[in-house]
Amino acid sequence: MERIEFNYPAKRKVSGRAHVGVVGSGDLEVLLEPADGASSRVFIRTSVDGFRDTWKAVLDRFFAKYDGAVRIEINDAGATPGSVQLRLEQAVEALGS
Amino acid sequence: MSAVRDDLAFVNRQSFIELHARERAIALFDSGTARELLGPFDRVESPWLPLQGVTPQADDGCVVMKGKISGRAAVVVALEGAFQGGSLGEVSGAKLTAALDLARADGEKGKPTAAVMLLETGGVRLQEANLGLAAIAEIMAAILSLRRYAPVISVVAGTVGCFGGMSLAAGLSSYIVMTREARLGLNGPEVIEQESGIEEFDSSDRRLIWAINGGEQRYAMGLADALVDDDTGQVGKTIRQLIEKGVPREHRSARVAFYRERIQSLDATRQLDPNELRASWRTGDATEPGK
Repeated sequence: MERIEFNYPAKRKVSGRAHVGVVGSGDLEVLLEPADGASSRVFIRTSVDGFRDTWKAVLDRFFAKYDGAVRIEINDAGATPGSVQLRLEQAVEALGS
Repeated sequence: MSAVRDDLAFVNRQSFIELHARERAIALFDSGTARELLGPFDRVESPWLPLQGVTPQADDGCVVMKGKISGRAAVVVALEGAFQGGSLGEVSGAKLTAALDLARADGEKGKPTAAVMLLETGGVRLQEANLGLAAIAEIMAAILSLRRYAPVISVVAGTVGCFGGMSLAAGLSSYIVMTREARLGLNGPEVIEQESGIEEFDSSDRRLIWAINGGEQRYAMGLADALVDDDTGQVGKTIRQLIEKGVPREHRSARVAFYRERIQSLDATRQLDPNELRASWRTGDATEPGK
């Protein structure tokens, strides 16, 4: 299991929180909450070691579109980058609903 | 019913098996009454899994919800089969035990609270072996003290099934609900093959496995109380009916002499045939546990 952390700048406050997904094979769990201040923090625990660059690419892309100040916690069981992207978008959607 | 209406019912049916634990639990409650206890944001996760390099889940794969079913107080505990095979560790075991204990305490105060356990589990979590075993013992004790006040209903929908220590817990419950896809047994097929050899049990022989552990066989032998389709509506309706039925006159697990006699009458010198077993065990009133 590898732990990875990222920080991203944010422009606006958000409210509410969202939980999506499960830590099942090829899937992941995302916990999304409001963050204090003007930045977002991402904490990842993944069962597959050595993919820091791939995680960074997926999150760079996500935060290129998303500017809310959030704390994201990810528990991953080997999800593909596409699944990660979809779960992140689902969490944002759940936050808005 | 016409073929077209059958097709529509099939197309419109909402699968229960395809739902994750949290969605399964919510689906059973009267609309808007469910609230989750110790949810993912409470972050009561396994302290043992990360130490062993295993990614934990924020709710430890155990979802506890309180609310009303058919207008009556009920607690639903759903195990997440996709996370570590639905296995019971220290935290998930403690959540399940506490939920049953609180329901029992309500019962003692004259507020009967039924419990529904959605079991997708291989039993004890091997990474937390001793704590998981202790949890199973506590769960069984909690079921025994709760079931005097209110029914404890186990649902095995699939596809993980219910094995190991939790199959004993299911056996102590007031009612067992299964689908055709579900399996219920003490030792899982892989475990039997590993311990006793492929001649004893071929764990790749799905037909054999379902003929022994499958929901249809369990129901036909009187070891499950309801056989339902993989349909969320039908599962919910069955649970509402069982909660309305209340505590059975006699629990299956209390019929020791009845089952001892049945087991003693089996001829173990030859291979038992699932169909013969179904025919001989179907007799009697084992499938009628209600009042």
